[in-house]
Amino acid sequence: MTGYLLRRVGQSIIVIIGVTIIAFLLEHILPGGPAKGLLGPRATPAQIQAFNHQYGLDRPVIVQYWDYVYGLMHGNLQSSFKLNEPVTQILQRELPKTILLVGTALVLSVVIAIPVGIIQAVRRNKALDYVITGVSFVLYSMPSFWLGLLLIIAFAEKLKWFPAEAPQGATIGQVLADPRGLVLPILTLTLINFAAYSRYMRSSAIESLAQDWVRTAKAKGLSQRVILFKHMLRNSLIPIATLVGLSLPGVFTAGLITEAVFNYPGTGFDFFNAAVNQDYPLLLGIILVIGVATVVGNLLADLAYAVLDPRVRYG
Amino acid sequence: MTLADKTGELPENEPLGEGALPEGGEAYVSGSAWRMVLRSFFDNKLAVIGITFVILMVIFCFIGPHFYHTDQVNTSYNINLPPGKGHPLGTDENGRDVLGRLMVGGQSSLEIGFAVAIIATVIGVLYGAISGFIGGVVDTVMMRLVDVMLAIPTLFILIYLASIFKPTIKLLIVVISLVSWLGPARLVRGEALSLRVREYVKAVRVMGGGSRRIILRHIIPNTIGTIVVNATFQVADAILVMASLSFLGLGIPPPAANWGGMLSNGVNFIYDGYWWLIYPAGLAIVITVVAFNFIGDALRDALEVRLQKR
Repeated sequence: MTGYLLRRVGQSIIVIIGVTIIAFLLEHILPGGPAKGLLGPRATPAQIQAFNHQYGLDRPVIVQYWDYVYGLMHGNLQSSFKLNEPVTQILQRELPKTILLVGTALVLSVVIAIPVGIIQAVRRNKALDYVITGVSFVLYSMPSFWLGLLLIIAFAEKLKWFPAEAPQGATIGQVLADPRGLVLPILTLTLINFAAYSRYMRSSAIESLAQDWVRTAKAKGLSQRVILFKHMLRNSLIPIATLVGLSLPGVFTAGLITEAVFNYPGTGFDFFNAAVNQDYPLLLGIILVIGVATVVGNLLADLAYAVLDPRVRYG
Repeated sequence: MTLADKTGELPENEPLGEGALPEGGEAYVSGSAWRMVLRSFFDNKLAVIGITFVILMVIFCFIGPHFYHTDQVNTSYNINLPPGKGHPLGTDENGRDVLGRLMVGGQSSLEIGFAVAIIATVIGVLYGAISGFIGGVVDTVMMRLVDVMLAIPTLFILIYLASIFKPTIKLLIVVISLVSWLGPARLVRGEALSLRVREYVKAVRVMGGGSRRIILRHIIPNTIGTIVVNATFQVADAILVMASLSFLGLGIPPPAANWGGMLSNGVNFIYDGYWWLIYPAGLAIVITVVAFNFIGDALRDALEVRLQKR
């Protein structure tokens, strides 16, 4: 276990270093370099040159990269020139709101996908199975912005049950103060994630049904309900850990679009606005955080897998 | 998870059994094997629906404008007209005909989808095959690079780049390809790892065949099933990512037409009941993406059938 753990953590650290290199390079492919990013689109060449000299940007790239990493380790992500505020501070304010949205949807979709997958496996190739497969296929192919729009048209415009815009507010408390506004964004994301997970859960459950331990449990005289919702449910949790880890980039992408569709005040919406305003420090800060979150999420998923499944630990 | 990842479900890493190969070990698929794949593919109703819709969509977008002439560059005063005589799907907020705009808008989606699938597949397959074939430290380094790039979601990179450069179709093709080859690289690398220790590969070595020959003539042709299935999903993914970018207003700038952009403009009129500005463009995206997914799923099933029946 320790060996596996160390190897996996080591790998993740290397990948995180790679992510910082990419963020660093993305900053340097800006026409005019980082100076342009910090001084804004209207900076003159002379200003840029003076800036480069002052901040050591005319030094070798490797030295600059080291400085960049040094800054990162001290929590320095530069300042957004549009909002005139350190990027770290913006992230501290916005990230909890994004985690609320993405996290709730993630948990809900897993909680729904597992039992639905098991039911589909039991009723394999029956009408219910076909209906659920069909629905999840359509949801799977649906761009998140289109699904969000349809939900807005149905529930906000026609039925008027929920508002079309997410609650606005700087703190997570202000966002939570109006839970009705959270329904549609969370529903959108939940459906998108559910579609991805349920397809996988169905085939995984079908595979489990053929296992020896299911036959043994049946032979022992255990009821169908106990076998399905005690034995199989627990075993289904194992692959779902990896699946959730692997789906993180997709989850963040859908989160970004959902935030943009519903004007949800989180990092995704900030990212979109930063792109419109060409606010590069903020864009790069968010890219870095998302990249690191993906790597760490995958690491945690693998560790959870090892904890849940002894075969990985001793294998 | 992207659609392209789904191909990872192919059972085993054996696109062809050893038994399916002639003694020389050249990857050569007999005509009957492919006929079986095709038959199983066309037996699948969803596959036929998928293929039909893709063909219809190509005809609609590329041949349609030759018969249905509209002005998609200049604006006019006939704005937001409901569907009716002269404009079967009405006009948009700039007075352009929606049906004609759907046709022209689809062209860029399909062009980008196909081009990205081809470029990303070629890069990914070569990268993956080389990485898997060489193995060892080189493989580790090459795959860590893939891990790094996979950690940052495609759309974030694209949005960042779109905020710097003014997007054109060519630029989008290049950029989306550069972030889309990672999936096929991983899949092919996995297969190459298992293929490189096969006896026929050893045989080629003994006979004096170089690495280049092994990779190009033996390893890559043996992963063709995975490659084809994955490429289909790549088309769908690229169309989706392109539509998302345009929907956010960061795609190809007007007057160039594209579905995501049309939808994005239509959203402004969501409370005015101008449904013709929303549903046609949205449905065009969904139908095209679903069609490619149907084809990809059916191809994968068909190739699995071949594996089962060998």
